[in-house]
Amino acid sequence: MSVTENIKQKLEANFNPEKLEIIDESQKHIGHSGYNEQGESHFHILIVSDRFEGLSRLDRQRIVYKTLETELADRVHALSLKCMSPLEK
Amino acid sequence: MENVVFDRIQKEIDGSDVVLYMKGTAVFPQCGFSAAVVQVLSQLGVAFKDVNVLEDSVIRQGIKEFANWPTIPQLYVKGEFVGGCDIVREMYETGELQELLQQKGVPYEQAA
Repeated sequence: MSVTENIKQKLEANFNPEKLEIIDESQKHIGHSGYNEQGESHFHILIVSDRFEGLSRLDRQRIVYKTLETELADRVHALSLKCMSPLEK
Repeated sequence: MENVVFDRIQKEIDGSDVVLYMKGTAVFPQCGFSAAVVQVLSQLGVAFKDVNVLEDSVIRQGIKEFANWPTIPQLYVKGEFVGGCDIVREMYETGELQELLQQKGVPYEQAA
């Protein structure tokens, strides 16, 4: 399974998101530290989920990081996140 | 062991109003995310202390545990963890970062 597909499945299972966009930005980072020749090392993720409601910005990102802990320890070098609750759209 | 590192970090973030743990230095950032935070702080004319985690593997690991936050950069204002690149940028755009600085009594320049 691709890293992107794996991230998608995990986030869908954990956050039941109303909206989920996963953008692989690895090509922007060719030659930088952390770039992996296989790609899929840098991502931008937009996730809209009611699980974020009432949580601070810090805690929202913390629970996403926690969900993707394995990926972050391995291939994924950088994750840019935008975590919103459905009420904030 | 852990406490020694945490003590060092605590002293560091208490020692300056604004502290940025980053990859590289304020003058020469070595990561786009770190550079983005430096840029925000520069635009606000905020004086800050930069700590280059690439030069200190103990701090590089320790700061992640200290803040319960797995990534660098990390911004601290008056000893309080504010966030990483996404959060700092978002707060700058909404004006919340400026509000926070004002609340904490940290001087900054409002862009014209």
